[in-house]
Amino acid sequence: MKHTLRNIFHSSKFVVGFAIFMFLLVMIIVYPLINPGSPLEQIGVGTFARPGTYVSLYDAVKTTPETLRIQDADEKRMANALTTEDKVAMLEWFSAVGVDVSGLEMDDSEGFLELWFANYDESAKPKGFTMAKRNYYKRLNRTVLDLQTGEALVVADPDNETGELVKIGEIKKTDYVNVGQVTNVKTLPLGTDNFGRDVLKELVGATKTSLGVGLVAGIVATALGLTMGLLSGYIGGIVDDLIMFVTNLFTVIPGFILLILISYSISPDLRGPTTVAAVIGFTSWPWTARSVRSQVISLRNRDHVNLSKLSGHSLLRIVVTDILPYIASYVVMAFILQVSSGILSEAQLSLLGLGPKTTVTPTLGLMMNWAMSYSAHINGTWWAYLPVILTITLISFSLNLMNTGLDQVFNPTLRD
Amino acid sequence: MSEDRIVPSKDFTNAPLCLSGRHVTKVFGFGDKKTIAVNDVSFDFHEGEFVSIVGESGSGKTTLSKILLGLLNHTEGEILFQGQPRDISTGKKRNAYWKGIQAIFQDPFSSYNSFHKIDSVLLDCINMRGGKNLPMEKKVEMMTEACSFVNLKFAELTNKYPFELSGGQMQRLMIARIFLLKPKILLADEPTSMVDACSRATILDMLLQLRDEIGMTIIFITHDIGLAYYISDTVYIMEHGKFVEYGKADEVILNPKAAYTKRLISDVPKIHEEWDLSTVELATE
Repeated sequence: MKHTLRNIFHSSKFVVGFAIFMFLLVMIIVYPLINPGSPLEQIGVGTFARPGTYVSLYDAVKTTPETLRIQDADEKRMANALTTEDKVAMLEWFSAVGVDVSGLEMDDSEGFLELWFANYDESAKPKGFTMAKRNYYKRLNRTVLDLQTGEALVVADPDNETGELVKIGEIKKTDYVNVGQVTNVKTLPLGTDNFGRDVLKELVGATKTSLGVGLVAGIVATALGLTMGLLSGYIGGIVDDLIMFVTNLFTVIPGFILLILISYSISPDLRGPTTVAAVIGFTSWPWTARSVRSQVISLRNRDHVNLSKLSGHSLLRIVVTDILPYIASYVVMAFILQVSSGILSEAQLSLLGLGPKTTVTPTLGLMMNWAMSYSAHINGTWWAYLPVILTITLISFSLNLMNTGLDQVFNPTLRD
Repeated sequence: MSEDRIVPSKDFTNAPLCLSGRHVTKVFGFGDKKTIAVNDVSFDFHEGEFVSIVGESGSGKTTLSKILLGLLNHTEGEILFQGQPRDISTGKKRNAYWKGIQAIFQDPFSSYNSFHKIDSVLLDCINMRGGKNLPMEKKVEMMTEACSFVNLKFAELTNKYPFELSGGQMQRLMIARIFLLKPKILLADEPTSMVDACSRATILDMLLQLRDEIGMTIIFITHDIGLAYYISDTVYIMEHGKFVEYGKADEVILNPKAAYTKRLISDVPKIHEEWDLSTVELATE
């Protein structure tokens, strides 16, 4: 046993897979401790807030500022304020007054400003420009200039009695506050989803549920498959024929379609994660049964089994002590694959809207379903679905890697 | 010529019957795929007799041995155990039968459950003989005695796993198991074919010694007619599921009647005779 474990942990593939899987497990356990609360808590009112650190504007204004003179602050501010619309308008002006704009890139805001200050003349009247259009350019020029001048923003508070605005302070362009001193700062590493929920928190919760679904599906499928395989392989005869008939039926009907039909026939109220997991397990046991059966058939005629019979051992004892240990490694590998495929099946079902109907716990498939129905993939809000895909990939990758590692340890012919 | 033999072959015709078969037949498969592995064989094995069943691979000797052990059901015919029809229809009756008949298999490496320590194999035997409630010291004493019978030291083997032993040691431990079980009949299915030549003689010697001590019937299954001649009292020659010839070892081997027996005898390599090249050429044609 010790020897086998040492061998397993010497397989680099197994170790890498195990490390990834352990990382995910630790995340599931530790993250809710750091960031407690329901994973489906709606913290945002809008949809799809970008990933990043959010600083409370109110608290930032109330925080004592420091004066910092940073050289390119103005330029950056102006460049940031310049919209694409403004740039298009500027280009129109440049072409009207005959300025060479070759080599000017659309995202080069500072280049635009430089050219603008060099060529704009309020009194100029380019041909075809109406009064209204010229006034638009005047306003544009003032906005740009305003950003450059040293005027401060006034902070005012309405008087409780008269309702008049009373100036309580001003914010200069050189005022900076330390993020650490602002009372309310919230980092959303993966932004928010369509309902304004923290995606990372949701993802951790979903990974937990999905792993649970995979585990239950794996246990159901392996337990059923193992029992059926052992019965059919060891007892043989009519039992074997019956079980093989059922497994052949399951094999002939495409598993996923069966899964869809069964899920569809269960009412949404009853379709919790555990039910879906059981359904997945119930549709995926036949291949475990088939392979266990073939292993048992080759084992049951071995001399040590015959000797065990001659020693008067009961059927149960022979199966448990003389057959099970020999196929244990194989069953563990089959179990790992069942868990992995259970997680994938849940994701597929949920994507079709046939997965668990839940408003308490998210699952990886449900998160993808939500992202898809709110067109996250069209809006370019990648944080709503890409991390989910990555997590699913990591889970199956780690499980399959562990499986390959185990396979190499237990099947010496596969060692490289 | 009979001085070559280890023990002179005795006549057991009048000894009490131990295991008999009447028209035993075993058929595998149906229709076109039908294979008759054992074809209508009848036999009488007597108490204390050393019987060899000789035949080539595929002649049905292993199938017959499994039928005799009750691990495989025969299609037709009847098997009598100590003069009574054998009844192994229930688990209890089967266990009672297996107290009377035990086996040593061909491959010592696959005869052990590699997840169990060696002690458990021997302890099982003590339990089977009704020694389940004996104190541990008594059990150890019995195991030590059984091991010393086969020239093994129990103290060195205890707590070891089967794969830590050599093939010869494993096979000798199998004999120790028989020593503890003391069955009426021992079925030895080519017990010496997977061990080296030195261990072979020791193992055969031990089997004979066991036979003399317990008065056990030994059914020795082999493809080696020379070996069968040296050690058995009675020889059954098996070809395509049938006994083509049987009788006292001396008579069958020194005076073969069936063509198959003659061929088997001529195939035995002779050490002190020159190679007869003419027969070699004939064989290649």
